[in-house]
Amino acid sequence: MTKNGYKAIVIGISAGGLAALSKLFSFLPNGFPLPVIVVQHVAATSNRFIYTLFNNKCRLTIKEADDKEEIQAGFIYFAPPDYHLLIERDETFSLSIDAKVNHSRPSIDVLFESAVYVWSSGLIGILMTGANSDGAHGMRLIKEHGGLIIAQDPKTAEYPVMPQSAIDTARVDKILSIEGIGEWLRDDLVHLTRDVKNESRSG
Amino acid sequence: MKKTAIENIEITLLLDAIFERYGYDFRHYSRASIERRVRHFLSKSECDSISGMIPKLLHDESFFDIFVRDFSITVTDMFRDPFVYQSIRKNVVPILKTHPFVKVWHAGCATGEEAYSLAIILKEEGIYDKTTLFATDFNDGALDAAKKGIYALENAKKFTANYQAAGGTTSFSEYYHARYEAMALNQSLGKNITFANHNLVTDTIFGEMHLIMCRNVLIYFEKALQNRVLNLFSDSLVNGGILCLGTKESLMFSTISKLFAPMDENARLYQKKVL
Ligand SMILES: C[S@@+](CC[C@H](N)C(=O)[O-])C[C@H]1O[C@@H](n2cnc3c(N)ncnc32)[C@H](O)[C@@H]1O
Repeated sequence: MTKNGYKAIVIGISAGGLAALSKLFSFLPNGFPLPVIVVQHVAATSNRFIYTLFNNKCRLTIKEADDKEEIQAGFIYFAPPDYHLLIERDETFSLSIDAKVNHSRPSIDVLFESAVYVWSSGLIGILMTGANSDGAHGMRLIKEHGGLIIAQDPKTAEYPVMPQSAIDTARVDKILSIEGIGEWLRDDLVHLTRDVKNESRSG
Repeated sequence: MKKTAIENIEITLLLDAIFERYGYDFRHYSRASIERRVRHFLSKSECDSISGMIPKLLHDESFFDIFVRDFSITVTDMFRDPFVYQSIRKNVVPILKTHPFVKVWHAGCATGEEAYSLAIILKEEGIYDKTTLFATDFNDGALDAAKKGIYALENAKKFTANYQAAGGTTSFSEYYHARYEAMALNQSLGKNITFANHNLVTDTIFGEMHLIMCRNVLIYFEKALQNRVLNLFSDSLVNGGILCLGTKESLMFSTISKLFAPMDENARLYQKKVL
């Protein structure tokens, strides 16, 4: 957790995701204080090769999320191909093969929605390049629960539809290029101050 | 108290009510999926809160019927994860061949696609005739569909590709005929399959099995319940019997892990040791 009460980052990304994520991850420093959880739309049959590709460029450990695994800072977790990824209240993962949502499994909305119920205002949602609007609803929900949401600037996205749909659907806090998001996570996130007093767990 | 915390209490009460009233026990299912389904069901119902659905569920059996159908997810495919079937052919079939008769339990069979897939493999390997396949689920609607063995024709392309990737030895079109928008599997495939209602949470063991397949069911359970069901499987297997789990499920953290040896870790095939 950061001093200002952030507990986790969820990222949704689709077409164009490979290049965008490897650039974004190169900004994240050793000791990054929050777990990062990613849903990337990929073909059901895709193999794990992409994760090793990312690992070379990144100081954090990248892995596929396991069922009932405990979520920890220092890791970047990916939803397995063809499974939805959900967050449990005890900060572990669950997987499901429920029907596709927004024509997608894993679906970004499924992750974002379940994460909101666990981390509410402690959640940061980021939606990046992609050619459909999965995730827009989840972004709005994060915002409604007091979390912070960032869209990749559609002008800088290889596929602008996805970040644009977030901007159209929710009051996005920040619209940034990949470098902008990376620098914000690296430099600003931990120094941010905000009032989280009335958001404590017992409430 | 925050709204989401209150909703969490409401869901607990709702699951308790369903268990007390109908005996269906969802209390130890993975909560995030349950929560998602409850919210989804609420949005389609005329109730305005989760707890508001409780009286209706208690008093209106037809409302509960819709609920439970909605609640049990029966998404499945023929030859899902083809490499698993390939491994079954290569590693499991030779063992099954050594038995005079073969008993298979397919737990959580949903609408039956996996059971028929296995039947095809066993047929091609020449051991279907000595096999009895028990395919169970707790969803009667799904079991009815499974007994019919009729699926939407739009699946044919995917099933065919899966069948080939799974190492099928003939043409998949041998196994069904298309009529209108449906593909009907050959009746002969169901000859030795018994579809039956069985609840993994509340019912008991299921005879001396040589192979148990239970894929993508345990991910819906909490750890402790996973462990209990895995023990049920272990108790239902003969020595040397084989357990096949979903590709994101594992024996690793269960109390039965020492009783089994991995046969193909990737395909999640485990063999019960002869003690
Ligand atoms: C997602 S489907 C998996 C189907 C198939 N095995 C596959 O992997 O494609 C899960 C199935 O488990 C069944 N199920 C869930 N809880 C169960 C229980 N307590 N007892 C028996 N079946 C259960 C559901 O009805 C559903 O058909």
